[in-house]
Amino acid sequence: MGLTMDVQKENSMIKQKQMLSDHFMALSQVKETGKKVAYTFVPGNLTELITAFDMLPVYPEINSLQSGMRKKSGDFIREAEDVGYPEDVCSYVKCDIGMMLQGNIGPTDQLLPSPDILLLSYTGCFVFMKWFENLRRLYPHAEIAMLHIPYQADGRVDPAAVKYIKDQLTKDVIPKFEKVAGKRLSDTVLAECLSRSAVAEDLLMNVFESARHKPSPIDAYFGGVYYIGPIFTSFRGSPACVGYYEELWKEVQYRIAHKLGPITPDGAITEEKYRLVVEGPPNWTNFRDFWKLFYDHGAVFVGSTYTRVGGLYDYGFRHSPDDPLGSLAEYCLGCYTNRNLPQRIELIEKFITDCDADGLVINSIKSCNSFSAGQLAMMRDIEERRGIPVGFIETDLVDPRYYSYSNIKNRLDSFFQMLEQRKELQPRARVIA
Amino acid sequence: MMNSVADAMVRHQQTDLAASLDQAKGLFNDLSFAYVRDWKGQNPSRRVIGFLPIYIPREIIHAHGMLPVGLFGAGDRIPVVKGDAYFQSYICHLPRTVIEMALNGNLDAFDGFIFPAICDVIRNLSGIFQLKFNAKLIRYLDFPQNFDPEVGGVFYRTALRQLSEDLARLNGVAGDVAALNHSISLYNENRRLVKDLSDFRAASPHKVSAVEYYLILRAGQTLTIEDHNAFVRRVMPQLAERDALPEDKIRVVVSGSFCEQPPLGLIRTIENAGCYIVEDDFQLGLQWMGDPIPDDTADPLAALVDAYLTKSTYSSAVYDGDHPKEEQLVAQVRERRADGVIFCAPSFCDPALLDRPLLEKAMDRSHIRHISFQYHENLGQFHVVKEQAGTFADMIKLWD
Ligand code: SF4
Ligand code: SF4
Repeated sequence: MGLTMDVQKENSMIKQKQMLSDHFMALSQVKETGKKVAYTFVPGNLTELITAFDMLPVYPEINSLQSGMRKKSGDFIREAEDVGYPEDVCSYVKCDIGMMLQGNIGPTDQLLPSPDILLLSYTGCFVFMKWFENLRRLYPHAEIAMLHIPYQADGRVDPAAVKYIKDQLTKDVIPKFEKVAGKRLSDTVLAECLSRSAVAEDLLMNVFESARHKPSPIDAYFGGVYYIGPIFTSFRGSPACVGYYEELWKEVQYRIAHKLGPITPDGAITEEKYRLVVEGPPNWTNFRDFWKLFYDHGAVFVGSTYTRVGGLYDYGFRHSPDDPLGSLAEYCLGCYTNRNLPQRIELIEKFITDCDADGLVINSIKSCNSFSAGQLAMMRDIEERRGIPVGFIETDLVDPRYYSYSNIKNRLDSFFQMLEQRKELQPRARVIA
Repeated sequence: MMNSVADAMVRHQQTDLAASLDQAKGLFNDLSFAYVRDWKGQNPSRRVIGFLPIYIPREIIHAHGMLPVGLFGAGDRIPVVKGDAYFQSYICHLPRTVIEMALNGNLDAFDGFIFPAICDVIRNLSGIFQLKFNAKLIRYLDFPQNFDPEVGGVFYRTALRQLSEDLARLNGVAGDVAALNHSISLYNENRRLVKDLSDFRAASPHKVSAVEYYLILRAGQTLTIEDHNAFVRRVMPQLAERDALPEDKIRVVVSGSFCEQPPLGLIRTIENAGCYIVEDDFQLGLQWMGDPIPDDTADPLAALVDAYLTKSTYSSAVYDGDHPKEEQLVAQVRERRADGVIFCAPSFCDPALLDRPLLEKAMDRSHIRHISFQYHENLGQFHVVKEQAGTFADMIKLWD
């Protein structure tokens, strides 16, 4: 999300880069502009609410992943370990805290402002709570607002949970924001943001659903992380965000019309050999290498669960100005890792069916229990029911010590062999949809 | 003559004590849950509900005529074969022995399982149970992290009502107001007894070893509440009668082991290395409520909700809001007149390990000495712990 790297640039990418650089510029100028800053998390975030208060959001996870991409995470993690953070906990937390301890210089080499409010809104992962409990001690002057999102244990949005979230918003979160912002929430501004969110969400879904085409015009994982950048972070609900997705959708339509495959750092994929679905976040420290391991084999990801971690639109959910707080609540509840394992499996199976995938890859992240605990059970279940090959690999998000190129390559080589054999046994017409 | 009668009495009590402790040890070791199967066999309406750490309101299960049984993994008592195929090496150990037991049939007598919201591993373990054992009742209990009665309280009440309805469907026992009040009173009694025992241990740690204390409490995760109350009532005077002299040991609080349990050998090692454990969080769920819960109200569910919101102990699984956990640990150290803190947490345990730096810092600020190590439930070698704990004890004895 919000990545910067040297790949073939399209207009949408240039646009995203500009949006990010403007955002970080605005962050670096808060002393002059007097804007307030809210630190918060990606999954189920309340960007529209933050924007409606005219505040600037900062996402510590994004800083961590950016540090991973920029090869700085190893250093930050060591810094955090030096002050007592154990080796085997979520590396995002340590990377963020390490960065803060080394002066809080963000991904654009500009100083990140301290938070005026920590919005402890967490969905699908308990570590977020621990993370902000720690940050709260490091930023004692920040206000802290807790928004607890219950788990979708029964595989449905429970009305009691929606009520609970709305009650928290009205009785606790919004009053704290009003105090920090020094102004009341404008229902009109919030509703406008939510309308724009819905437009962008439709466009994003067009992009993701384009993977049904053969060849797929997009890579729903490695490309997908760029596509979700604006919508899952600071921009959802803004006109710029809508503009980005309009541009992106135009590009994807062009590729569909010309039967072009996705663009990789080494150019467009010319022959789509394998269509894959992937479960789990990517590795950031060796992102390009990792991607190459797939595109070198002509493998394209047509479905990815990670790109639903900040919000899931596949079953029709859209933010709505008609019920602002209710739709924010439903959004938070629906994020991928807030769904139970049978629901996670159902989504993967939907990708496999809808996009006619040949195999599933699980990238199990060493320090992320939220995703990883349960993946082996999911793998067995899908293998048994779908009979498709599953490749299981292990990496980490931003801890470079846990990326072993040769191990991953060995495992993937056998996985691709399996896919190849299966193809020979069951040749399928690669029809262009 | 008098002396020999007194001696005989002491001998008799000690034999009783040995038998009681043996019983606790037997329960701990019995992974086939014979006691539980026995209890269930006595009446066709009886149901057994397993629950994962740390806390659940066992009163509700009891009020439905069921037996709540705490599942804390199997420690080092079974080899993990199937469990390793379910959990990657970088996930804590507890869920793999739980799944191992479930797959091996050790939990066949259980009719349902409740997974409290404490961490991502327990949360996803509930999903694995949904996939593998969906013929049984599988429930996830989400505790509110908002403590406003009108917000978190309302949500929690709905969750408890739903749980109660689910349980009622299992055996047709509705669990009315009188039944719930009665259950609350029995659990209040248990909390009082456990508190007495814990105060006794803190006052006379030479009379009850850390392992014995642990086993007595741990029995409470299997026995019916009536049996455990009787058990603790019986064992307390027997411990008090013990003829033992205090040794030159330091007093420590052990913190961080609230879920996956340390092996008995590790607890013993800490003690043998020169430390009296005067407070620990091994069986935190039994001590979750600091004060008794009203047991004579017209709305006992409301009493349970209020207890969660206002009487819960601090823990790594609960947002500490305006009551920083550091302060609570410092208060505990002071209250127990402890010389130091041993942070002892399972490997890969995010909740415990992410609390550690801030707790350590608070101990430094309060000039409380501390050491830290990690374990897993089937750890077999304790040399390192022995050395660390021994050095810690020596250092404190030398300088304080
Ligand atoms: S454990 Fe996973 S989901 Fe949770 S904060 Fe870390 S990386 Fe994010
Ligand atoms: S030991 Fe820690 S990480 Fe493992 S299940 Fe228990 S609380 Fe969760």
